[in-house]
Amino acid sequence: MTLKTLLAGATLALGFASGAFADAHQTKVGFVYVGPVGDGGWTYEHNQARLAVEAEFGDAVETVFVESVPEGPDAERVMSQMALGGADLIFTTSFGYMDPTINVAAKFPDVKFEHATGFKRADNVSTYSARFYEGRAVQGHIAGQMTTSNVIGYIGSFPIPEVVRGINAAYIHAKAVNPDVEFKIVWAYTWFDPAKEAEAASVLIEQGADVILQHTDSTAPQAAAQSAGNVVTFGQASDMAEFGPFPRVSSIIDNWAPYYIARTRAVMDGTWTSTDTWDGIGAGMVGIGEISSAVPAEIKASAEALRDSLADGSYHAFTGPVNKQDGSAWLADGETADDGTLAGMNFYVEGITGDVPQ
Amino acid sequence: MITLEKRAGPSKVWAFATPLLAVALTMIVGGILFAVLGKDPFETIRTIFLDPLFSEFAWFYRPQLLIKGAPLVLIAIGLSFGFRAGVWNIGAEGQYIMGAICGAAVGLALYPMESRLIFPLMVLAGAFGGWAWAMVPGILRVKFGTNEILVSLMLVYVAEQMLASMALGAMRNPEGMGFPGSRNLAQYPSAANLELIKDSGMHWGIVAALIAVIFAYVTLSRHIFGFQVRLTGQSPRAAKFASVNPARMILICLGISGALAGMAGLFEVAGPAGQISIDFNVGYGFTAIIVAFLGRLHPIGILLAGGLMALTYIGGEIAQSNLGLPGAAIQLLQGMLLFFLLAVDVLTNYRIKFGKGGTV
Repeated sequence: MTLKTLLAGATLALGFASGAFADAHQTKVGFVYVGPVGDGGWTYEHNQARLAVEAEFGDAVETVFVESVPEGPDAERVMSQMALGGADLIFTTSFGYMDPTINVAAKFPDVKFEHATGFKRADNVSTYSARFYEGRAVQGHIAGQMTTSNVIGYIGSFPIPEVVRGINAAYIHAKAVNPDVEFKIVWAYTWFDPAKEAEAASVLIEQGADVILQHTDSTAPQAAAQSAGNVVTFGQASDMAEFGPFPRVSSIIDNWAPYYIARTRAVMDGTWTSTDTWDGIGAGMVGIGEISSAVPAEIKASAEALRDSLADGSYHAFTGPVNKQDGSAWLADGETADDGTLAGMNFYVEGITGDVPQ
Repeated sequence: MITLEKRAGPSKVWAFATPLLAVALTMIVGGILFAVLGKDPFETIRTIFLDPLFSEFAWFYRPQLLIKGAPLVLIAIGLSFGFRAGVWNIGAEGQYIMGAICGAAVGLALYPMESRLIFPLMVLAGAFGGWAWAMVPGILRVKFGTNEILVSLMLVYVAEQMLASMALGAMRNPEGMGFPGSRNLAQYPSAANLELIKDSGMHWGIVAALIAVIFAYVTLSRHIFGFQVRLTGQSPRAAKFASVNPARMILICLGISGALAGMAGLFEVAGPAGQISIDFNVGYGFTAIIVAFLGRLHPIGILLAGGLMALTYIGGEIAQSNLGLPGAAIQLLQGMLLFFLLAVDVLTNYRIKFGKGGTV
């Protein structure tokens, strides 16, 4: 310990101090990103929200971020680094940061952590996620009516409950408007890898898919669809409006800004407590991007009606009767899914072919 | 006019000087790059190369350097045997994954039994997993003359699929609420590869890396096997006359690199990473190739090169979070290091001559 102090003193004297001393009045907020800020999707939107925090609080808040952090021991180091650098609040924005966040949080009890899409909490760790599946329901509703080949391609990232939930929600609502619809699912095992995503999209298009839904973050599938010419896509995480009005006909937009601003304010006020937030279209955390002119007016109108009913809570995206893939009953007529089942969902609903990888 | 003249033999001086020159050139060109990005080049270079060692929080970063550097050194030492003998194992990443899977399998199978024997067993299983995975390209090369570069590289992707399948299926944590990933081995005392001295970062993987360096040094400079390895690389024909069995040499070199990569995977999965997860591997097996060459395939050189590479990773993260440097700039810097090394390598074998051409 004395050695530590000595060394610290010596390095200070040598002028090697990293300059990480934050202004006493300034709140420092750190962000750990799984992809590059320019991915045009998931990380891009988290970064937009970071910029919104800066815009909201001005000089009272300083933000820092590290991008493309692998999910594992590297993430743990990056978070520790931020905490050491004086961060008061750290947002860790990928599912795979769950254990690292918990580990680091235990070492820095005075720093608040916010982990996206996970389920482990502590006194100084909150979790937050968005009900993306509500957006998937709207996508499925549009996709089921836009397809002429009745084959919808789906690029899955990792077979975790969040992604499986999205597939089920999209399928149920596509099937509701088009009983002949069929889903082809490709697992990319990545959140962001333009080359792999483009390849997955091409494979699906070759197999006859004329609608591509993606749960990966880059715009590569959009570009693949554009060059194929007659394939419909949806923006993922971000609006991806540059690919509209066709192939991108709508999108799911993650809007983290209000949450990030509220949580930063809570830290500044000293009112921050550990919570679990799971908001959907109603609370504004999930946005449905402009439904483009390529979609016939009546489909657009019914999709917007569906969106509004999800927003005001009059309709739940998982409403029975729904059976599991093996034909066993899951939800009775009129019954809605509980959050616990949704949070750990690892089964397909009836009608989807193939298995959840395990 | 500047001409290149071939030296009679590789220059001893330049063999040592080129890595240093490459590091210096990387700093200069990197500095220019950072200046173009609008950052203070001196501050950025200092942050990357010195802050992890000498800053206010160096007590936190120094152990991290060990944790990040150890797998690189362990894998690179193994690779250096093969690279010296002209056996190109490009698939250490796959052997690293298979080592982690086999080692973790032993630990997970015995959970929750507590015994001092479990961790040593896991290390053996890890080494076995890496060795067995390396034997695939080895046996194919020896029996059928296939190219070990291609086979070992392709097996990386097979290993990644195995890893995903393990994380999602056989090794999935039964208490994980359906999420992928195994139990956390770091929380299972008999299987955990924890710090040997608190806050030192020192775990068994670092001990193993240091032992490997010493072992490699002694073998290469003092043992007949080291001589045979060097001879095979320099002159396969001469090696034949010296009764070196090329098939045996290929299998031994691939076996050593596979076993060490497998052990590196086991130490990582039982310690810093803690669990088998879909994206457990972060490219140590590939980065170790750079480390091996940066260290001139010499054990001590590899130790230093591993440290330097770890420095750029950790310093790079500090530069990102403190100075707002983009992540890609750090990767560019690491790439530059290998590029400059290969470029200035010409000085080892050639002499630069200034003056009029044509003078013989």
